[in-house]
Amino acid sequence: MLSRTAANLFWMTRYLERSETTARLLDMGFRNALLPDTGGGFRNEWSAVLQSKGALQGFNDKYGDLVQRNVESFLFFDLENPSSVASCVRAARENARIVRTALTSQVWDAINLSYQELKAIQRKERSQVSIPDLTDWTLRTTALIRGAIEMTQLRIDGYSFMHLGYAVERADNTARLLDVKYYVLLPSVAYIGSGLDSYQWTTLLRALSAHRAYGWAYGGELSANRIAHFLILNPKFPRALLSCYIDANTHLDQLARFYGRSTPAQEEARTLLAELAEARIEDVFDEGLHEFLTRMINRNAGLAQSIHDQYLTGEAR
Amino acid sequence: MTDAYFNEMYDNGNLRTPYRMLESWYQNMPAEFRAGKQAEAEDLFRRYGITFAVYGEGGDPDRLIPFDMFPRVFTAAEWRRLERGIKQRARALNAFLSDVYERGEIIRAGRIPADLVYRNDAYEIAVAGFRPPLGVFSHIVGIDLVRTGADQFYVLEDNCRTPSGVSYMLENREVMMRMFPHLFQENRVAPVDGYARLLKRTLASVAPEKCDRAPNVVLLTPGHFNSAYYEHSFLADLMGIELVEGQDLFVEGDFCWMRTTEGPKKVDVIYRRIDDAFLDPLCFRPDSALGVPGLMNVYRSGGVTICSAPGAGVADDKAIYTYVPEMVRFYLGEEPLLQNVPTWQCARSDDLKYVQEHLSELVVKEVHGSGGYGMLVGPKSDRATIEAFSARLAENPSNYIAQPTLALSTCPTFVEAGIAPRHVDLRPYCLVGRDVDLVPGALTRVALTEGSLVVNSSQGGGVKDTWVIAEE
Amino acid sequence: MILTVLHKTRYDFETPVAGIIQSQRLTPARCDGQRVIDWQVEVPGAVMGQVFRDGAGDYIQTVSLRKPATHIEVTVSGTVETTDTSGVLRGHRERVPPRAYMRATPRTKPNRAIAELVAEALDAHAAAPALERAHMLAAAVAQALPYRPGATHAHTTAAEAMNEGAGVCQDHTHVLIACAHLADLPARYVAGYLNATDDGSPHEASHAWAELFIDGLGWVGFDASNKCCPNEHYIRLGSGLDAQDAAPIRGLVLGGATEALDVTVVIEAQQQ
Repeated sequence: MLSRTAANLFWMTRYLERSETTARLLDMGFRNALLPDTGGGFRNEWSAVLQSKGALQGFNDKYGDLVQRNVESFLFFDLENPSSVASCVRAARENARIVRTALTSQVWDAINLSYQELKAIQRKERSQVSIPDLTDWTLRTTALIRGAIEMTQLRIDGYSFMHLGYAVERADNTARLLDVKYYVLLPSVAYIGSGLDSYQWTTLLRALSAHRAYGWAYGGELSANRIAHFLILNPKFPRALLSCYIDANTHLDQLARFYGRSTPAQEEARTLLAELAEARIEDVFDEGLHEFLTRMINRNAGLAQSIHDQYLTGEAR
Repeated sequence: MTDAYFNEMYDNGNLRTPYRMLESWYQNMPAEFRAGKQAEAEDLFRRYGITFAVYGEGGDPDRLIPFDMFPRVFTAAEWRRLERGIKQRARALNAFLSDVYERGEIIRAGRIPADLVYRNDAYEIAVAGFRPPLGVFSHIVGIDLVRTGADQFYVLEDNCRTPSGVSYMLENREVMMRMFPHLFQENRVAPVDGYARLLKRTLASVAPEKCDRAPNVVLLTPGHFNSAYYEHSFLADLMGIELVEGQDLFVEGDFCWMRTTEGPKKVDVIYRRIDDAFLDPLCFRPDSALGVPGLMNVYRSGGVTICSAPGAGVADDKAIYTYVPEMVRFYLGEEPLLQNVPTWQCARSDDLKYVQEHLSELVVKEVHGSGGYGMLVGPKSDRATIEAFSARLAENPSNYIAQPTLALSTCPTFVEAGIAPRHVDLRPYCLVGRDVDLVPGALTRVALTEGSLVVNSSQGGGVKDTWVIAEE
Repeated sequence: MILTVLHKTRYDFETPVAGIIQSQRLTPARCDGQRVIDWQVEVPGAVMGQVFRDGAGDYIQTVSLRKPATHIEVTVSGTVETTDTSGVLRGHRERVPPRAYMRATPRTKPNRAIAELVAEALDAHAAAPALERAHMLAAAVAQALPYRPGATHAHTTAAEAMNEGAGVCQDHTHVLIACAHLADLPARYVAGYLNATDDGSPHEASHAWAELFIDGLGWVGFDASNKCCPNEHYIRLGSGLDAQDAAPIRGLVLGGATEALDVTVVIEAQQQ
């Protein structure tokens, strides 16, 4: 397969996953904003949301006022914001268009349709669209595309590159969301265990569509340790870091078999998986959750680079 | 009374044989059914993503070219004659190319002026003396034809570089078969879907001698922003070959390589859809980012084949066009089966005199011009325009050629009120490799505006499915 | 005469580049008047393609380096035995028809000043044989453009050099080609080496001159810079329509960066 084709498939799914995360963040901010203003005047949820995307500065420069409508514009509609839902959907569709012949017609139809629907949403009167509508649409659309991929794509190298895109992006996004909650969102450590704290945990779980799953797995009692365990180390949860690397490993191994050649990327993914598989949540907190997550985000970027160097440049022999 | 234009369906009111089956078809078609089918066709085209400008006309890449459902039909006998003429012309053009890049016999024989060829910008010094595999330079020859009578066809121009539009030929048929399957059950329409297989076979047949396995053939596109990108990806997909951009290829040693997820893979044949000037910044335009640096060296040392060969454009130049019948006689020892449009070379004083005296009847074009720029359409110009043009012509006669205005044939076309005759042209795609092949079909362009002779899609032109009815 | 050549071209990059690719024309042409005794082109670390001969008779080689590099050095060294052929190119196998060298490039496009130069030089000698007219043109160019390094740069066109009224060998050659075209003589740009003789007159060891096509005689070299025809002090590498087209090295840096170029050429005549 052409390296550029593989790169387009890899980035197509990364953008799809990213659009989903942006929508979830928007939803999380929206729910947090419903929280009564009792926590000592801290209403900086929107700012936290933007910080997690590393986009606070860009937002301030362009919009200034940190009000819901502006954030909604910025995170959903703004094509100048590269991680807005609209930007991501457009970028995913553009990547797909370039490699159309590597996609089944169902997958292309689903992606193309999402783009057409997005254009229809953009044309609507803004008072007619609510944040939950936008989030729902995004989650439904990305699920439809992923479903089409699972149902129809041949299980060959291209399929694995799509999965690698999903896995790498999802690991990055989960780590960032968790980091936002723990490090950015809560005004100070004094609030840990407070009502505000648990409200925010709930929203985070909701944003990850993990609220009921968590309840089922941990009996409902909210605690930082358990939630961190759930989002990092629990292989039953599909967005957990561990799950992402199980997926990444599976598909890198498939590529190695497919091509009859193992590369440093497989090595790197295996090490990452081994570390997470053996880690206990106490170790994570000993290291410091923020420090651990920062390290994970960097290693994840390293894995993405490795996949790029080994497969997407076409020069590695 | 006879019609001013040859009507391909009703010759002076009499239904012509190839259209026999279609008369009841359209007569029995209720208006609302037709509207429904038309909408269905557009939907299909949009779904397939066929939105591109034919012949590099530019414009909105997401624009659909209007599709007219009324097919244009040829009998097998008509097509056989055309086919022989087209293949003959394609062979002669290739013989000319391999001659002028090697010995230049036709020039030594005094049949074509040396400067017309060698001073032509399309003549590539870089490939002089180089013989591509099988001596073939132009592997896909697009020949634009118009019809003026039952047995009268004229060649408007040749295209030896990278003629586009063939995806319309294939998709128009695809859409017609989906919408009107019974038409194909009742009529013995010769299939065109073998084109992709033939094209791939043609390309593989010109792999370099150095290639000792099944050749790796790729299609080189300028990229997904190009207006013909859809056609590129469509053809690559049908042939089962990789669609590559310049950045996907690189040169190392004596070969050209493709970047794949398994590492570099050798490329043997490049069907390029980018112009000569952009192929290799180390040989042509140094600022080109679309091409592959070093490619021309690999090509000229026999490591890869480029289709069509750089420099093939010298055969389809407007000034060279006049000499194509001469090429047929010189290289093939045959009389040309397809006629050129009579052309006056204003560089010749006799011709110039005639042209000056008949400006109001003629079309006068610049030799190297394109896109209708600097052109005079005599019958449609007022006196002042003609006089102004006449002065310009007198100043630099060798820059102009003149042709009569042709009475393009018409074909029935769906209009608001039913059907009506509209002018059409024809572009078949002839393949030249180890064999010379032509599928029984072509792209028909139709001028949708009443009375218009302009078939360009940018000026209200559309396309039609083109049928050849197989022998009983 | 036995000439030895040592020609080093070194590229230094401010930041490492991803690689480099070059089309090199660094091997002496095979023709009467020059015989290669030994010749090497070296680029440490690079993949060298096979040398092939193109239709113009030039020896061409593709050289590429596909790994990060901070510098690249091309070293040409060798020995050539030369004799004087009075500038006439003989025994040179080429397939390009001379009339193909009638076309102008942006660098060789004539302007009014060049047209006037041709008129002045030739108008009184319309009946003179082509060879004579070619000599007159070369002399006129030499007179119109005194040799002055620094007056022009690598991308100066013939027209610009004429306006400047001075130039180096590249400019002389471009202007002479433009003149020849106006006189209906095919002309081309030749790149090569020149051995600096003791009297100090010639300039530029890495040199360029023009070849004009004279019916009945063939290609004849004219060095307007040195007011002579190439002799045993010259080594001919290759030709083209202009300086860019005939360049001994045409290259591209991958993952581009600012480069510092350092070229040294030493040509010496051996004692015999």
